[in-house]
Amino acid sequence: MTPFHLKIVTPDGLLFDGEAEKLIVRTTNGDVAILARHINYVAALGMGRAVVESSGNRRTAACIGGMLSVVDGEVTLVPTTFEWADKIDAERAEQSLQRANRVLHDQNASDTDLRLAEARLHRALVRKNVASFK
Amino acid sequence: MAGVSTKEIKNRIRSMESTKQITKAMEMVAASKLRRAQAQISNSRPYFQIFYSTIQDILRANRDFQSPYLKERPVNKRLYIVIAGDRGLAGGYNSNILKMVYEEMMQGEAVVLPIGKKAVDFFRSRKVPALTEQYAEAADVDIGDCFSISKQLSSAYLSGEFDEIRVAYTTFVSVLSQEPTTMRLLPLSRPENSSEESVSRNRMIYEQDSEAVFASIVPEYLGGILYGALCESRASEQAARRSAMDSATQNAEDMIADLSLKFNRARQAAITQEITEIVAGS
Repeated sequence: MTPFHLKIVTPDGLLFDGEAEKLIVRTTNGDVAILARHINYVAALGMGRAVVESSGNRRTAACIGGMLSVVDGEVTLVPTTFEWADKIDAERAEQSLQRANRVLHDQNASDTDLRLAEARLHRALVRKNVASFK
Repeated sequence: MAGVSTKEIKNRIRSMESTKQITKAMEMVAASKLRRAQAQISNSRPYFQIFYSTIQDILRANRDFQSPYLKERPVNKRLYIVIAGDRGLAGGYNSNILKMVYEEMMQGEAVVLPIGKKAVDFFRSRKVPALTEQYAEAADVDIGDCFSISKQLSSAYLSGEFDEIRVAYTTFVSVLSQEPTTMRLLPLSRPENSSEESVSRNRMIYEQDSEAVFASIVPEYLGGILYGALCESRASEQAARRSAMDSATQNAEDMIADLSLKFNRARQAAITQEITEIVAGS
């Protein structure tokens, strides 16, 4: 397959800069796959699994928030957090999941707490799910 | 000089020595923290550059694009996010940034969101209304906090609570030079005119539509900028402290040298006097 240039940058640094054949990410509207020669495209990212295929290698990652842009064949992924499956701390995700669950079951939790807990639960679920793919 | 006893001078030298040790230790701590902060800056820089240029690309590619984040409104109320340090003894780091913002702020109605203990104290004592004093420890603010601040501010901006949001921070130019600056976060500025670029050629597809994409991207973008500003400020604080402590150590050394000279003179004067007395007495 024709490769294209892909860059993945997060606040923690440049995580990927090179040729890839395929990129699958979860946008706010659902999963999309980007191949070479894609039309100019911008999407906001949701929370979900991302897959990068480069030179026959398939790597999975948890990708949360941010955006995806394709401008003149250059694909740039700018997520808030992006963790390769083998780098995910499954234990921490599990703990965060339980903490979120506790808040969600708390009758007296405030609206903001509930919203935060919901987001945390979602992130933890994504991480756990992705971690099982390594 | 003869009036100062050698004992007094000796005591002063001793106290000087211990001060020097403290400043030297602080300098070393600041230097190691600075190294860490610098690494953080260089890690996060590509993120901002790419995020920034992507947003500029989007704006350039379609000029007719509308978003409430872009619209300039008459400015009645400004919000300043002010990033300063938690501790003093960092040369002019805190006072430079605070003084600059305060002057700029007084030109209109303004609210602050102070980050860092020094910023919180400064605005409290001057009775400037603060949005929240939740972020009193600049060292504890992480990227998650930046994103929640930016989400909160974006919605406050859209609901018309503020007409302009600016961030004041200290840019880390180099280890020896840091510069306080303010930057406008919202409304976003459009890139300078580049009409020769054909708009039709650069057609973009937006998932959902451009405005919805923009509405969800902008808060993230602002959070990113805020985090970048915070990283820069932290590095600047450590650099400022390092050089302040370096010169304090230098001063202590100079004073010790000066005092040792005085001490030796006084000692010699005492000996000479003793000899004169002995000779005169015999």
